[in-house]
Amino acid sequence: MEIERAETEELRIGVFVCYCGLNISGTVDCEAVAEYARGLKDVVVVNTNRYTCSEPGQQTIKDHIKEHNLNRVVVASCTPLMHEPTFRAACQEVGLNPYLLEMVNLREHCSWVHMHEPEKATEKAKDMVKMGVSRARYLQPQIEKEVSVDKSALVIGGGIAGIQASLDLANAGYQVYLVEKKPSIGGTMAQIDKTFPTMDCSI
Amino acid sequence: MTDVGRHPRIELLTLSEVVDVQGYIGNFRIKVLRKARYVDEKECTACSDCLEVCPVTKPNEFDLGLSTRKAIYQPFPQAVPSAFVLNLEDCLGNNPIACGKCAEACDLKCIDYDMQDKEVEFRVGTVIVATGMDVYDPTELDEFGYTRFENVITSLEFERLINSGGPTEGHLIRPTDWQLPKRVAFIQCIGSRSEKRGNPYCSNICCMNTVKDSLLIKDHWPEVEIKVFYMDIRAFGKGFEDLYKRSKAAGVMYIRGIPGDIREDPEAKNLILLSEDRNEGKVVEHEVDMVILSVGLVPNSDSPIIRQLLTLSQTSDGFFMEAHPKLLPVDAPTKGVFFAGCAEAPKDIKDSVTQASAAASRANILMSAGKITIEAITSHIDEELCKACGICARVCPYHAIEFDKEKKLPARVIEASCHGCGACAAECTFGAITMRHFTDQQIISQIESALGENPQDKVVVFACNWCSYAGGDFAGISRLQYPPSVRIIRTMCSGRVDEKFVLHAFKLGAPIVLVSGCHFADCHYISANRWTQKRVEKLWDKLEKKGVRPERLQLEWISAAEGLKFAKVMKEMEELRKGVTMEEIEYTQKEL
Repeated sequence: MEIERAETEELRIGVFVCYCGLNISGTVDCEAVAEYARGLKDVVVVNTNRYTCSEPGQQTIKDHIKEHNLNRVVVASCTPLMHEPTFRAACQEVGLNPYLLEMVNLREHCSWVHMHEPEKATEKAKDMVKMGVSRARYLQPQIEKEVSVDKSALVIGGGIAGIQASLDLANAGYQVYLVEKKPSIGGTMAQIDKTFPTMDCSI
Repeated sequence: MTDVGRHPRIELLTLSEVVDVQGYIGNFRIKVLRKARYVDEKECTACSDCLEVCPVTKPNEFDLGLSTRKAIYQPFPQAVPSAFVLNLEDCLGNNPIACGKCAEACDLKCIDYDMQDKEVEFRVGTVIVATGMDVYDPTELDEFGYTRFENVITSLEFERLINSGGPTEGHLIRPTDWQLPKRVAFIQCIGSRSEKRGNPYCSNICCMNTVKDSLLIKDHWPEVEIKVFYMDIRAFGKGFEDLYKRSKAAGVMYIRGIPGDIREDPEAKNLILLSEDRNEGKVVEHEVDMVILSVGLVPNSDSPIIRQLLTLSQTSDGFFMEAHPKLLPVDAPTKGVFFAGCAEAPKDIKDSVTQASAAASRANILMSAGKITIEAITSHIDEELCKACGICARVCPYHAIEFDKEKKLPARVIEASCHGCGACAAECTFGAITMRHFTDQQIISQIESALGENPQDKVVVFACNWCSYAGGDFAGISRLQYPPSVRIIRTMCSGRVDEKFVLHAFKLGAPIVLVSGCHFADCHYISANRWTQKRVEKLWDKLEKKGVRPERLQLEWISAAEGLKFAKVMKEMEELRKGVTMEEIEYTQKEL
């Protein structure tokens, strides 16, 4: 299939392979993965780190972006659902659009699920990094849209939790709509006599 | 409770249900159905004049049927709003021949038989789900005789009996003879911690509730003999162990082991519990006057409705699933939605209050900032390539694509409404739609890299961000092992998976391709995964016509909580992969 890349600028990709202590490096040979990444097209720097999400780990990314003039960053660590915001922020701090970051999930999707097959896990990790670098080559900067947040809240359910949440929000100055299915608020708590461990009344 | 009723910034909508939620974080449009109370909430002073003339008697739900109420009633004395409510199903009606007595008795003329249900609409920035739980119904556990033996009651019924505002004004009596029971047994874990009947999880509150109940009895009637039958006593919270010790010191007997059977003495209506003495290794009989079943908690029966309205997920126990079990414990996967109380998991009052304050605080963070950036993952239509066929507008679950059938002008994306599922891009046959951050090029480059070497050994898996990919994460967190042949490609929704991605993978020599998404009710883009299914079904036909086994394209729905299923499916994919021959792969590459 024909793939054309729209942009013409020179690609400069940095790959950061994370050990995550022993979480990844206990199964995957991270140095071998890093070595493999060095041979991938457009990759100009590869770095391994014990904890990439730590302050020094993030600093390494920032330093490398500046030093090597990187325009794409691949972090091979954990699930993007966990640390994508962390690394996006790091990129942004040194002026790289956060959408030029790609994450490779070596921990949840590789080292933790192939603990007894370290060699095959390492081979898979290499493939995964290659997939991440390929994708990174086609990433484009994006501008995030800003939307307003209405200063009012809906609370569904008028038991003890709904009551507490409603009062907290209303006392903080927000308009609260408390919706309760029954004719009165109170929920199950109102049916209980005394409550543990202090033996005081529920209502 | 009264603070809520009089707070100037809380609009309390009782007898109400949320029926529709539109919009997104910061900008939800809510529709609530407010059922008629038939009593003017603001005017009613709860004077009881109506109650005295009402001829109808019904079981009182608040007292679990242990007392009665009229057709017009106040749910309980401290109710908020403190207005009466008329249950029209119980009421004889306003026909003067039939009844109409309450309206006549009401000086303030608060009663209106013609009051109608009303739909209320408003906008909010955040939503807190505090829908609570239901109490387990022990009827199915027949060996304990609940409903067969009158003197077997639940712990919640006991709460009403010992409550000074309850049907007996706080006098503990047993149902058959209205006498103080001299010997009482509590049975723990009813409906909890059982793989066979009830639920496998621990309901969290029942141990301490029984400890508390035993002390309530001992405080009032020290002579009552109390036996508690249990599996483990879980007294883990602050002040819990002290209370447990106090109960033991008060003479409450804690006996390990749940009775296997309860018999009733037909004359005295006493109950005989058969339990195993583990030390002696023999069956022991305990005769008591009353048995209290310490029932567990179950998800609220309305949970599926709320789940669909707000596109939430549930864990295997049926309670709502948080965005992350440790790091985002009160956030829902849907942005701008938070959990408080038992809706998320069984918990006691202190934990419910703590979580409620946490949820309020999380919502406050969003609202005090007043604005939020939204991920730039939206679709874009190239007007020059668009042929104005209108398919994209038809598949968009958010009606975020404007298209005029008559004028045949190029379709246009309303960016503020686009949630970024990518179903439009996958359906567009003219390549006119670009899905930002999940472009065709980006995805195809991943496929090509994954299958660059030894494609016959790889399984290509398309996983949606919210469910399947997260299910894969959960398999990882749980250290569930599966074969290393799978190569996962993340898309925001399975609806993004274009026919050409699948065919391209086969063309490059993939033995097996799996498309995976959220279960239908869980789709984070309302119903975009319906299009996934339609597309895969179409592909199956296409493959078959070309002489390619359709089984080589698999479709699975895996939720974020189904780590176990994710690992199982990956094992199945590997088995399927082993069954694909090189000849088959070569033939496919030639044919497609």
